[in-house]
Amino acid sequence: MKGELEKKKVGRIRVDLDKCNGCRACEMACSAFHAVPKYSNINPSRSRIRVVTDLMDDVFVPIRSCDYTKAECDGRRVYTIQGKEYKECSFCGTICPSRDLFKDPDSGLPLKCDLCEDDPAIEEPLCVQVCHLDALTYEVTEEEVEKDDKPDEVELGLKSLLDKHGKDRIADTFARLSKKE
Amino acid sequence: MRYSETGYKLEVNLSQGNIERVETDPRLTELHLGGQGSAAKTLWERVPPEVEPFSPDNLLIFSTGLLNSTPVPGANRTVVNTFSPQTNLYAHSVMGGYWGPELKHAGYDMIVISGKAPELVYLWINNDKVEIRDASHLRGKGANETAGLIKEELKEPNANVVTIGPAGENRVFMASIEHGSSSAGRGGTGAVMGDKRLKAIAVRGTKEINVSHPAELFDQYLKLMKEIYENPYAGDTMADEDEDSFHHDNFSWGNARLRRKGFWTEEYEEKYKEITDRVLLRWTGCYNCPKHCHLLISRPGLGKHVLKCFGRATFHMAAFKEHDFSYEIVPVALEYGIDLYSTPQVLAFAIELYEVGILTDEDLPGFPSDGGERFYYLLEKIVRREGIGDILANGVYWAARQIGRGAEAYDHNTTKKFEQVPLKLGKLNPPYFLMTATGEKMNVPQIEGSFPQDPLPSPEEREEFVRGWVAPPNEKIKEIFLRWEKKHDISNEASCIIVDWNEIMHYVDDAVGLCAYLSSFRGGQFGGRPPYHIHNIPDFIKLASGIELDKDELLKIASRNRNLVRALNVRRGLRREDERPPEDHWAVRDHEFEQKLLDDYYAFKGWTKDGIPTKETLDELGLDYVSDDFIKRGILTGDESPAPSDIWAGKGEEEKARG
Repeated sequence: MKGELEKKKVGRIRVDLDKCNGCRACEMACSAFHAVPKYSNINPSRSRIRVVTDLMDDVFVPIRSCDYTKAECDGRRVYTIQGKEYKECSFCGTICPSRDLFKDPDSGLPLKCDLCEDDPAIEEPLCVQVCHLDALTYEVTEEEVEKDDKPDEVELGLKSLLDKHGKDRIADTFARLSKKE
Repeated sequence: MRYSETGYKLEVNLSQGNIERVETDPRLTELHLGGQGSAAKTLWERVPPEVEPFSPDNLLIFSTGLLNSTPVPGANRTVVNTFSPQTNLYAHSVMGGYWGPELKHAGYDMIVISGKAPELVYLWINNDKVEIRDASHLRGKGANETAGLIKEELKEPNANVVTIGPAGENRVFMASIEHGSSSAGRGGTGAVMGDKRLKAIAVRGTKEINVSHPAELFDQYLKLMKEIYENPYAGDTMADEDEDSFHHDNFSWGNARLRRKGFWTEEYEEKYKEITDRVLLRWTGCYNCPKHCHLLISRPGLGKHVLKCFGRATFHMAAFKEHDFSYEIVPVALEYGIDLYSTPQVLAFAIELYEVGILTDEDLPGFPSDGGERFYYLLEKIVRREGIGDILANGVYWAARQIGRGAEAYDHNTTKKFEQVPLKLGKLNPPYFLMTATGEKMNVPQIEGSFPQDPLPSPEEREEFVRGWVAPPNEKIKEIFLRWEKKHDISNEASCIIVDWNEIMHYVDDAVGLCAYLSSFRGGQFGGRPPYHIHNIPDFIKLASGIELDKDELLKIASRNRNLVRALNVRRGLRREDERPPEDHWAVRDHEFEQKLLDDYYAFKGWTKDGIPTKETLDELGLDYVSDDFIKRGILTGDESPAPSDIWAGKGEEEKARG
């Protein structure tokens, strides 16, 4: 039922740009963790976290991939923070068509951060574990969120049938089938 | 499948414009491990001794180490090897940063560049796609400026680029190869790159590197990252300290002339800290390493640059200035692409010649009176090879001889025609005598490090130090340290063992691609608790590459590489008489003692009294092809025995370790 509140653990990676030394251990570790078999190969370009780096402009921004989108935004914003310029994309983790970040270099499929979901669960995502300079830290907070009852299978199936064929047709069919029994 | 290496190298012939991707022989990896070792093998096979450094037949080799770009922390080195125009001998320079890992992810362990391009070009390596591209629009551009322009024109912000500046283009012997945060500065590799008319190599790699024992290696990786981060002796321990009396009070100022003991005061330190804080933007580092040994600085009008290590002090010490001078001129030197170690000595040498009247206003029209302004004046002339700069661009040794008129006497800090660390000390230090005289890397910081520089005063302190000292390969070294009381009072036997260990660890690092600051440069000095040492490196080699080695087998590979490098130089004419430190490196010298020490060291290494590895030594290391070549050329007869030595005569390796 909607509206009811429940307690849920929410994990967050915090990023302190000033502490990053640009070593990209986070990229290395992420790519190893998500390799199959696990840790068997290294490929930073397959990492779900990337340090957007411009050494000669003192820009070091670790960003973590999030959702995939088919459409790109206009990306025209440029931010100046303490005298340094950052493009909007420097902070954006969206997997979008405007750049090749967070896409598998071979297949082009999106690579989305799963905070190193594992069974058994690991304490901290690996990028955080290897960042001893604490540019990346992990915090888990307990938050109250609105209970989101998931629709069951029947409801889901029926909803898609309704979307496809319309209310009347479904109602007719349901009535016809019910009579037969 | 090949583990931890890609199994391919790139062969680029710039004369023909030919590019080939060549599979490498896995057996060669087992014999040399990559990096410096594989490069030495290539130089041996393909560059005969008569090839001039500035010949299309000279090779310029960029090699990554076996562990480079695996999870092993700090395995990010690129080694650049060629033959140096300044020494006509083997040139060796190492850089950190990101370029090596990028190359491996592009699918290559090594690039071998031959020939000479008809016009200035750059190489663009994008995984399997490799192009030689026109670089005429980049002529005369600064090193870092070039990297930025290339990334822009390729629309590839993630590319990693090595470049030369105008100094390299003009074949200045001290020219460096620059990579933003790191430099291959020593040995004139940038001059050879310029001679080949290769302005830059841009690389983008998105392929994977496989490792043979994934879970175990990763487990070790996580532990070691933490250990390296927490270990106060790992990394450049002086990088983020404001205190630098070590260099300022002990190293020589000017043309390696004047030691200014007591220069460093609290007051100066305050001032220096204030200057640094003003320009410092951030501490940065290298690929997959939690240390941050580099200062990213910003100067109005000069852009942003990275300073490292002693490079922060060389210019102002040579010019008798202070830190603010270095912070102004180093960015200029980095854009010119010129070595921060040799260059200041060359500039100070020219000023000395002017002051004593060997160089005159005719040679130096409009020469300023201020020492700092003189540096800029001379630097401009050298980088462009204008007027007297054309002579000075050949380094102190050659310039002194070309200028003549007594200038030779002012060339007092070179060994084998190469500028050395500016140290002028009192009593001879036997291990440092050997390292300076015989080290093929030509530069003490690339030879020393495993054995402490100084003894500890009390037996209790020495025992305490040795208790947690895991780095030495054998107990004998610990005994030497326990008994060592006075810095200069050390037996020949001990000196041989110390120097051999010191240099062999660098040969290990430079084959596997490890940073010396985590390993060979930290085995004993500054704390003696290095993250990497001869006992754990074999484990990392096994876990990453699947090559199973024990400590002794790894030492043997390093020794093979070391002797092969020796052989390269011997074949080009290097002999005992060249193995001399700068004459005034120490004030008190004893010719007879030094020559006996050299005999003992050669004997220990299995070299003849001329410093040539004997047939037995070479064959034992599987270098039969070298001994055959030496016999064919008349360098060896094959019957030579090691140099005369009452300590080592007839002793095998194991006995040597036991002493």
